[in-house]
Amino acid sequence: MELALTFATAVLYSIAFYLLMSKHIIRMLLGVVILSNAVNLSIFINGRLTTIAPPLIPSDLSVPVDPISNPLPQALVLTAIVIAFSFFAFLLVLSYRAYQDLNTDDTDEMRVAEPKEEGLPPLGY
Amino acid sequence: MATEDLSLLKAEAMTQSTLAAVDHLPVMPLLICFVFGSVLLMLRRRVDLHPVLAIPGLALLLATDIAILWQVWTNGTMTLMLGGWLPPFGIAFTIDMMGALFLTAAGFVALACGIYAAASVDPVERRFGFYPFLFMMIGGVSGAFITGDIFNLYVWFEVMLIGSFGLIVLGSRHEQLDGATKYCFLNLVGTTFFLIATGYLYGLFGTLNMADIARKAAAMEDTGPLLTLVSLYFVSFAMKAAAFPLNSWLPASYHTPRFVTSALFAGLLTKVGIYAAIRVMLMIFPPERAELSVVIAWVAALTMLIGGLGALAQSDFRRLLNYMVIAGIGTILVGLALPQLPAGTDTGPIAIGMSGAIYYAIHSIIVMTALYLAAGVAAHLTGSSSLHEMGGLWRHNPLFAGLVLVLFFAVSGLPPFSGFWPKLFLVRATMSADMPWLAAMVLFSGFLLTIASARVFALGFWRSLPAAVDAPNDDERARIVGERFSAAGPEKAASLIPLLMLTAFVVIAGVWPEWLLQMTASATAGVLDPSGYIDSVFGGRP
Amino acid sequence: MNSLILRFAAPYLTALMALFSVFVLLRGHNEPGGGFIGGLIASSAFAIYGIASGVAPVRRAMVFHPVSIAGAGLFLAVISGLGGIAVGEEFLYGVWWFPTFMGTELHLSSILFFDIGVYLVVVGTITSIALGLEEKGRN
Repeated sequence: MELALTFATAVLYSIAFYLLMSKHIIRMLLGVVILSNAVNLSIFINGRLTTIAPPLIPSDLSVPVDPISNPLPQALVLTAIVIAFSFFAFLLVLSYRAYQDLNTDDTDEMRVAEPKEEGLPPLGY
Repeated sequence: MATEDLSLLKAEAMTQSTLAAVDHLPVMPLLICFVFGSVLLMLRRRVDLHPVLAIPGLALLLATDIAILWQVWTNGTMTLMLGGWLPPFGIAFTIDMMGALFLTAAGFVALACGIYAAASVDPVERRFGFYPFLFMMIGGVSGAFITGDIFNLYVWFEVMLIGSFGLIVLGSRHEQLDGATKYCFLNLVGTTFFLIATGYLYGLFGTLNMADIARKAAAMEDTGPLLTLVSLYFVSFAMKAAAFPLNSWLPASYHTPRFVTSALFAGLLTKVGIYAAIRVMLMIFPPERAELSVVIAWVAALTMLIGGLGALAQSDFRRLLNYMVIAGIGTILVGLALPQLPAGTDTGPIAIGMSGAIYYAIHSIIVMTALYLAAGVAAHLTGSSSLHEMGGLWRHNPLFAGLVLVLFFAVSGLPPFSGFWPKLFLVRATMSADMPWLAAMVLFSGFLLTIASARVFALGFWRSLPAAVDAPNDDERARIVGERFSAAGPEKAASLIPLLMLTAFVVIAGVWPEWLLQMTASATAGVLDPSGYIDSVFGGRP
Repeated sequence: MNSLILRFAAPYLTALMALFSVFVLLRGHNEPGGGFIGGLIASSAFAIYGIASGVAPVRRAMVFHPVSIAGAGLFLAVISGLGGIAVGEEFLYGVWWFPTFMGTELHLSSILFFDIGVYLVVVGTITSIALGLEEKGRN
């Protein structure tokens, strides 16, 4: 199981990095989504895949009876999902605005902040 | 279920000691940031109240930070376990001397920027949440300096990023959207690397508490995987700190938002990356850091070089400052690149160098914020921040020009201001570590920054407001110039007070450096020998 | 979107989803569920209403601006952490209170208020992002 999931993580990472290296923002956005999923999966595997029993304690007990799976990686992944989700929502709005205002989603052509031909700074009075 | 069962379990998992009021201090900066931030969010229609509430809030934050610094300085590292859960289960807030120093510097520049923003941010942008985002970002920055849990550090990084994203797009002009896109993507990828490394760290150690990791790593036998992990951390922190070759996002974005936002970013965001690098690499994984020191030395040298050369090539005051930030980051990284002497000796080059690096980081937080604010004032007075069009500031505003001259001296590392002493320490440490080329690079980058500052001062301040003003004759030109400089009005005080505050620190830390040097030396000792940090978290328990 | 069926069904759907989100929020106390997922359900309810009948009616229906709702949620979450300090424990310590209301014992805790705060933050931020995108999509 670990091996299969590790392989899946590797595939996700490769897709994510391939997409992130693109010039187009929309592909980079997809890359960010896949990257966050790859990270979540690798955190999950790092918590060791033990038993599949959910880490829930019956309401009349104070400790679980049977061995349960490690809840901490699940909590970490949940936090990471929440953060990745909100960032993705923000990036989506930002990219859309940038696309509308700058009329391009090609990062090579986004040169408003750093114009191409600026010339030298003044060399004297 | 028997109740005594529960209380037994509780005794095993939760803290039992009673708390004094002072024990709650570590959480207070965050509490202040989020209470004020959320109240201002709710008052989004009353933008007139925003500065009135925010400035006292930031002053309270600074007072709390100073109280924490004082407490840590007199009583040593302090720890608060959130929710009462014992370490390593609960999230620990641990402040040592290094954290307290960075925290106080952050509070200081936040207050300065808050005052500056009262005059310079217009009501529409306040309504879109300038002050709430400011509080959120400062909350994230403070949280990163306070926390003793590495996953929590990641969360604070993200809180800080969300706040900074909000600030950088405020106003949504074209170049802002352009800069913000690059800034957001690269920073998000940088923190994602941090998360990847943290996931594998958890897989290795089964704990996320930094004190716990530090002692487990020290006792670890098979340390092979750690080097990979530390390299991954270094990549992510270098990306956050804008170290070469991962620096391209900074000059692409920092000059696009409002001046006050640039000032906050330049002062704080990159330094959080530096802080995390020192904390994780030097405190938790010292042998691996020593292995990587040659790489770090090269990164530091090239960052300083690219910063200095980049500053020389710019014709815009603010974009020139972008490269000065990068040069400063390179200088701080020099401290992290020094070899470490065997355990037990605490006077090696790393102790001197780290002390200088922490000093330089504090100096850089304050002086870079001040310079961006000064660029804002200069752009307001002359109507432009391009070196082709600026001029006449020395003649019309000698006080302001004098302040800027002090800041330029400080940023170039010239005596008698705050940039001089840390550079002296770093040069001494690199020389004694037998790395003369690195020492030469520190001096060379200082030389390049001196030329760049001199150029700005000569063109923007000394030169009389020149032919750049478009007018038919000399009288007309004089009238236009006079109008520009008399327009300052009520905004002048609000923009000069923060500059005076920050410059006062630069002068004090330059002329009387002993007190700050004592603090940075104590901070360095705490990082190099984390036993005090570990004891504070675990209190002697196994 | 100009569909009669959707426009007719949306108010009912929204009301049902909003109710369900509160159920998920309260259920999160001991079972799977909680503030974050509840908040997501509620904000998708508002998003559906926005798709069906435009952004302006949603803003009117919400009374408060979404960002203000998020601010209130953040405030509530932070304040709920202070309960621990009030009883002499650490910040965020869970304080429990078991009042009897109409013959039923209620389990109230500072954690519940924290969760309600999270719910409001999620509702506020996600709804404001969704409404922002819907507004843009129209012009």
